[in-house]
Amino acid sequence: MITASVVLLAVTSAPILAGVVAKKRRTRVGPIIRNHMIGLPCALLVMAVVIFLSLRYGSLQVSWLTAWDAIFDYDSTDQKQIVVRELRLPRTFLGLAAGSSLALAGALVQGVTRNPLAGPGILGINQGAAFAVVTAIFVADIVSPEGYVWFAFLGATAAAVLVYSVAHFGSGGATPIKLVLSGVIVTALLGSWTSALLLLDLETLDEARFWLAGSISGRGTEELRFLFPFIISALIIGILMGKQVNVLNLGEDMAASMGQRTNQIRILTGLVVIVLSGSAVAIAGPIAFIGLAVPHMVRSLVGPDYRWILLYCVIIGPCLLLGSDIVGRLIVRPSELQVGIVTAAVGAPFLIYLVRFTKISET
Amino acid sequence: MPKSISFITPSTTASIYVFLGLATTTFLLTAVKRLDNKEISFRHGFVSVMLQKRIIILSAGAVVTILALGLIGLIVGDYPVPAWKAIATAFWDKNNEYDFVINSLRFPRITVAVLAGICFAASGAIFQSLINNPLVSPDIIGVNNGAAVCAVIMLAVGGTTTYLPIAAFIGAILASSLVYILSWKRGVSGSRLVLVGIGINALLGAVITFIQVRYPIERVMAAARWQAGSLFGSSWEDARTLSIGLAILLPAAFVLINRLRLLQLGDETAMALGLSVERDRFALLTVGASLAAIAVAVTGPLGFVALLVPQVARAVIGTLTAGSLLFTGLLGGVFLLGADIISQRLFAPVTLPAGVVTAAIGAPYFLLILVRYNRET
Repeated sequence: MITASVVLLAVTSAPILAGVVAKKRRTRVGPIIRNHMIGLPCALLVMAVVIFLSLRYGSLQVSWLTAWDAIFDYDSTDQKQIVVRELRLPRTFLGLAAGSSLALAGALVQGVTRNPLAGPGILGINQGAAFAVVTAIFVADIVSPEGYVWFAFLGATAAAVLVYSVAHFGSGGATPIKLVLSGVIVTALLGSWTSALLLLDLETLDEARFWLAGSISGRGTEELRFLFPFIISALIIGILMGKQVNVLNLGEDMAASMGQRTNQIRILTGLVVIVLSGSAVAIAGPIAFIGLAVPHMVRSLVGPDYRWILLYCVIIGPCLLLGSDIVGRLIVRPSELQVGIVTAAVGAPFLIYLVRFTKISET
Repeated sequence: MPKSISFITPSTTASIYVFLGLATTTFLLTAVKRLDNKEISFRHGFVSVMLQKRIIILSAGAVVTILALGLIGLIVGDYPVPAWKAIATAFWDKNNEYDFVINSLRFPRITVAVLAGICFAASGAIFQSLINNPLVSPDIIGVNNGAAVCAVIMLAVGGTTTYLPIAAFIGAILASSLVYILSWKRGVSGSRLVLVGIGINALLGAVITFIQVRYPIERVMAAARWQAGSLFGSSWEDARTLSIGLAILLPAAFVLINRLRLLQLGDETAMALGLSVERDRFALLTVGASLAAIAVAVTGPLGFVALLVPQVARAVIGTLTAGSLLFTGLLGGVFLLGADIISQRLFAPVTLPAGVVTAAIGAPYFLLILVRYNRET
């Protein structure tokens, strides 16, 4: 089993390695993917492979054939096929939705704020949504997903506005370090309030601790069904905003002098980001670092053009999230590790790598 | 899944007191800024100390506040004890029915709050000066979480609490060394260290979450309660651990503080002045991390004390000296003791972990500071 985990880890971290290699060679050869007629199908192929891995691997061992049959030739009397169809398929869908939402949200935030360290997790947006959901469920007693997803959006909005305005005011504007610091502080504050709510009740802590770790197993399908139209429309709007983000990424003045209505674009991006990260938190809990890491990987794969970055983020994001989830299922078999723990374990070193080996911290 | 808890509302009188307390503290601290600052020098043989009038007044004020808050802490509580009886039981008349409540519950808790506050604040002051950035503190850059990881592992596997301080200590030292090594690149820049620290902090947070979901809920509950930062169940033993730690570490900090001031001039200047830069920096890092570690071991990773208190102290009295370190520590004691009393009384009879209160007071204040933070980092 250990060998399988190592292989999987290698497969899922392939984009990172590719990114690192590309970074080393970029001065000479440019981005790895230059022909998108080849690159896009390759990325989709990787996603298909990861989806199948996600259907096949887990605490119950099934063969490739069973996994295939469960989707395309379903036999409801076969125990293994039931597991694949009823448990792993919804879980994979959740992973796809959460992964693409978080990655796209991260890319949009990084592009619009021109801040390489931004992302829904590190800016406190995820924690804001999580706190609002916990409050809605356990204090205001709102139990239906239709009710509390609005709280997720509300919490995400409040946290995003607070963090950005704190970093923005004062001289120097929203520098990366100020943005990150105010994000960390707001996260700490909301985190302590969340834990205070949970500590008042042992049963609640027992139920919420898995969700708060960031998990795509067991729950979330109902939420996903309700949120599906929101996610899809936000994804489409987000992908189509590449051109505007490109212009905005040149800087406020440049964008304005090129005739762009910068404030409208900022507000629209903000809305898209809030819907995406709020939905992701409502279905899967606050999963960290996907929104930070994926845009960087994609950028080193396809170069600085946001029209392509946004599109590839939607494909690579779920790969990383599902890959982390598969690793989480396998390394502590027969038990499981929540995907948020795995992404943090992969993503935190990535943040350190960014800070240590790029020029981010000097800006 | 859902289960609603009864909606709690703060008690009105307690809220008024809290508001009055915060307002008076803010007013007094700003008033003190306008005080004239006479310096008194004292020389005797090779001992030479320079005392600042303002620091003496402030420290005296802090001690008085601690005593006053301590009395309040002794008197108020869920179990009604007459005010005079409470004081009498604590100090001279031990043979009565209130002995257990006062001398086994409230008194040690107050002592632990003050001592832990001193530890956190002193540690924060050392870190902020060492890294030359007022926005860092052991809780942001992962030192507290490093101590917490080791301690939570011990709690979760069912270990005894006897070795908790040692485990927390090892964790804190490991975490701070890791942060320091990883942010080293031809010297340590403040912002790189903060960002690396945030990364390490997140990683250690993931380890803690991992432990929380892997172990049975009874043990996790103990670990979670400890992790939110609570003074509940503090004993004389905890107070002893803290005072031993402080007795060793505080003098060390006072000895090192002048080198710290030289280090703040920059590595080259400090070297030219004859400082062994790396050795001194490592010594200071060890002292700062150890101060945080012993406090974390006893109270759990209480946030914001180490971040906020040195900021306030610096705003009132300026650069770090031995005297201002003392005042910073005392102010930490005031803050934590006050926060603990608030956490017990605001939603009485429901008690919150003190860490929630320090975060609720500290975070908005820190965000204000960040807004006004003018220096480019």
